[in-house]
Amino acid sequence: MARHVVAPLAELPPGTRRQVTIEGRDIVVLNIGDELFALLDRCPHQGASLAGGMLCGFVESAVPGEYRMSHQGEVLRCPWHGWEFDVRTGRSWCDPRRIRVRSYDAHVESGQTLVEGPYVAETFPVAVEDAYVVVDL
Amino acid sequence: MAISTAGGIDCDVHPAVPSMAALLPHLDDLWRETMVLRGIDGLDLASYPPGAPANCRADWRPPGGKGGTDLGYLQRQALDAFGTRFAIANVLYGAQALHSEDMAAALCRAVNDWVAQEWLDPEPRLRASIVVPWQNPQLAAEEIHRCALDPRFVSVLVLVMVDQPLGRRSQWPIYEAATAHGLPVTVHAGSAGRHPVSGATGWGSYHVEDYVAQAAAFQSQLLSLLYEGVFERFPTLKVVFAESGVTWLPTLLWRARKTWRALRSEVPWVLRPPEEVVAEHVRFTTQPFDAPASAIERVLDQLGSDRLLLFSTDYPTTTSRAPTPCPTSFPPTWPAGSWSTTRSTPSPAWPRPPARPPPTYRTAQEAEP
Amino acid sequence: MSLDIATSIDSVTTADVAPAPAVGSRTPLAIVDCDIHPLPRRSSDLNPFLSARWRRHLETYGNGNRSPFFANTPYPRFTPALSRRDAWPPTGGLPGSDLEFMRSQHLDANHVELGMLQVLAPSGMAQRNVEFGAALCTAVNDWQVAAWAEPEPRLKASITVAQEDAHAAVAEIEARTGDPHFAQIAMAPRAFNPLGQRAYWPIYEAAVAAGLPIGVHAGGYSGAADTGSGHPSFYAEDHHSNAMSMQTLLSSMILEGVFERFPTLRIVLVEGGFAWAASLGWRLDQHWARFRDEVPHVPLPPSTYLKRNVWITTQPMEEPTMPRHLREVVEWMGWDRLLFSTDYPHWDYDEPAQCFGVGFDDAQRAMIFRDNALHLYGDLRPGRS
Repeated sequence: MARHVVAPLAELPPGTRRQVTIEGRDIVVLNIGDELFALLDRCPHQGASLAGGMLCGFVESAVPGEYRMSHQGEVLRCPWHGWEFDVRTGRSWCDPRRIRVRSYDAHVESGQTLVEGPYVAETFPVAVEDAYVVVDL
Repeated sequence: MAISTAGGIDCDVHPAVPSMAALLPHLDDLWRETMVLRGIDGLDLASYPPGAPANCRADWRPPGGKGGTDLGYLQRQALDAFGTRFAIANVLYGAQALHSEDMAAALCRAVNDWVAQEWLDPEPRLRASIVVPWQNPQLAAEEIHRCALDPRFVSVLVLVMVDQPLGRRSQWPIYEAATAHGLPVTVHAGSAGRHPVSGATGWGSYHVEDYVAQAAAFQSQLLSLLYEGVFERFPTLKVVFAESGVTWLPTLLWRARKTWRALRSEVPWVLRPPEEVVAEHVRFTTQPFDAPASAIERVLDQLGSDRLLLFSTDYPTTTSRAPTPCPTSFPPTWPAGSWSTTRSTPSPAWPRPPARPPPTYRTAQEAEP
Repeated sequence: MSLDIATSIDSVTTADVAPAPAVGSRTPLAIVDCDIHPLPRRSSDLNPFLSARWRRHLETYGNGNRSPFFANTPYPRFTPALSRRDAWPPTGGLPGSDLEFMRSQHLDANHVELGMLQVLAPSGMAQRNVEFGAALCTAVNDWQVAAWAEPEPRLKASITVAQEDAHAAVAEIEARTGDPHFAQIAMAPRAFNPLGQRAYWPIYEAAVAAGLPIGVHAGGYSGAADTGSGHPSFYAEDHHSNAMSMQTLLSSMILEGVFERFPTLRIVLVEGGFAWAASLGWRLDQHWARFRDEVPHVPLPPSTYLKRNVWITTQPMEEPTMPRHLREVVEWMGWDRLLFSTDYPHWDYDEPAQCFGVGFDDAQRAMIFRDNALHLYGDLRPGRS
């Protein structure tokens, strides 16, 4: 497993996302309230890029007519058919065992750590005083 | 090959109300006088023109009468001929199409009492569905509670086309009462005439057009029952679709599953894909089975389980052109004795014993090498 | 219908995301897409084609359809502008309103050699004011040519007609006959009466005379409930009910004898799915045989007409658990009946490279994705005809 520096953290503030290609794989990296998530950018249904999907809450109901919202902003809906995926696990709601999006660990590293390596170099310069988004692949 | 129906349970036969005169003894003073005073009769459903050749096989039509009005005929032609152990009488009558809730309720009561006295009393092989005034679900529930005391009533009968989709919450008192007594709800072809039979494309010109469109109505009703969460709210409820044509079911479920995966947050109480809910809660009578002989086996494979099917003759109609109402090309690999549709479900008291576990669907991974 | 509310809702998804690349590169097969939805970039785009009176009417009174809302459908959709969330043009405007973006996201990326336009909004086809409807149809037809079919030769227009006024509809068809930008006539399935009925026959006569198929695109509201048992609650039901409407309208056309009277009439059912067709054909045959005495003007088993006069587009494609089941259904229908369609840019789009996971052979794929359409419409691909 290699660690890939995908962006300076300042370029991926909370509420934003970015598509990156790592080792030929398209991946979408999301910053949700200062938490970072990375998912393979491809819906397992018909192959849509998930990067264009909306982040929603999770709707549950114990009885018809009653609604409960939770996990606000943590369900990524495919931009085409609206299938729901948990950004934390990549699992679909409709068939979590068999239908899931590959998820990757994404986190923040300081420039100081990155300079010390071992990380896959990216095309932008790394400054020791800044923070960066790193995806493990 | 022909499959023996001997000992089976025929889940859809149709005794018919000969005329209002037959119901008068079963109405109270007020309603008996009302029917006479107003000269009310002719309430056969337009969905089943009594004189149409298709609605009664020529050799099953009593002399000068409507098909299904003669007990002796039914005994010989439906019960003896097929060797059925029990047959469930679904009386299709215009009480379920009236706009007056109270008149509807009075006539439903009369039909149920009439069927008990004229059919169930003299013929121990017969069971019946409770005809309910769905127009007022509270009154319908009362009728269920009243009739369910008689164990010969084994289900609750509603038409597939009424005022609102059957899943809507306004109809829930019917399901509450039915499940309270362990009775399945039979949804039978037929329209109360509230909406064009063809739905959004409008009133058609022909009876056969209406008949074909019944299948579209069943499709819509299945979606309504699924998406409204009826089976989540009433987890013991069983629904029987009678005279639905059946073969629309597999492809409907394929699309419904795709839709549910996309739109399930609109109906978040639906926790399982449609095919699983149907397998647990819904059964379909076999007559008519809209497929040519060459396709039946593959349709059954697409259905995933023969447990979805309940044997029926639809006596006295001609839904089967063959002399036997059982499709003759049901796979010969199924020995008659294991054909659950003729034998095991429903048992005479069905579904009062605990329901059998739902059939297991094969997954694509398991089935496709 | 109103599509304007959409932009603000959708902005949450667009931060720092480039337009998504289309995925359809797995198949090298160049395709014909039999259902593409263009929209005006702004409502004034139609003004050059409307008289002052009808411009004012449209601005003041909007659509006069048989439905309750001034600017929405009876069942509010699940996505803004009922569209893929990645189909909003980066230059602004509604999905399907930017030809350049449609080219890059769909036509080029998915190897679409030929695409059939279906205009859902604005639409004059089902206006209650038929005079306005006819004017709007004419304007929509002019606009389709000017904004789409002329600048992009891969796109072919559909002649929308005010179907409740057969006289106006016939005039519109005759006015467009011979214009190579039009590949078919468009009608709405949920008409004021079932489409098989005689009020509509002059339109079929004109279609046959013009040598054009009629594409009947799902949707719309006739005023009658979605189902024979009333109005369902949910969009999930409304969406699926389009498949039932296709079944009932097909029954109407066959049992009224439309295809006996017009044996060369060609009907294309668009966006109702297709897998139900086999069962419908069986049901029609079985019960036509029981009730033949009622319809002596229909001498052949109804499925005969289904296999002779009717084509069906694929989307929204039914998705069985076991792919071979879909293959069986296509075999029952006939491989020559199916026309591939994406429904771009709408949310229930089917992706050409992914949606048939069925293992059709190359010839079968070629039929469904291209050749059936070329046989039906003629080879209208740029540079071919």
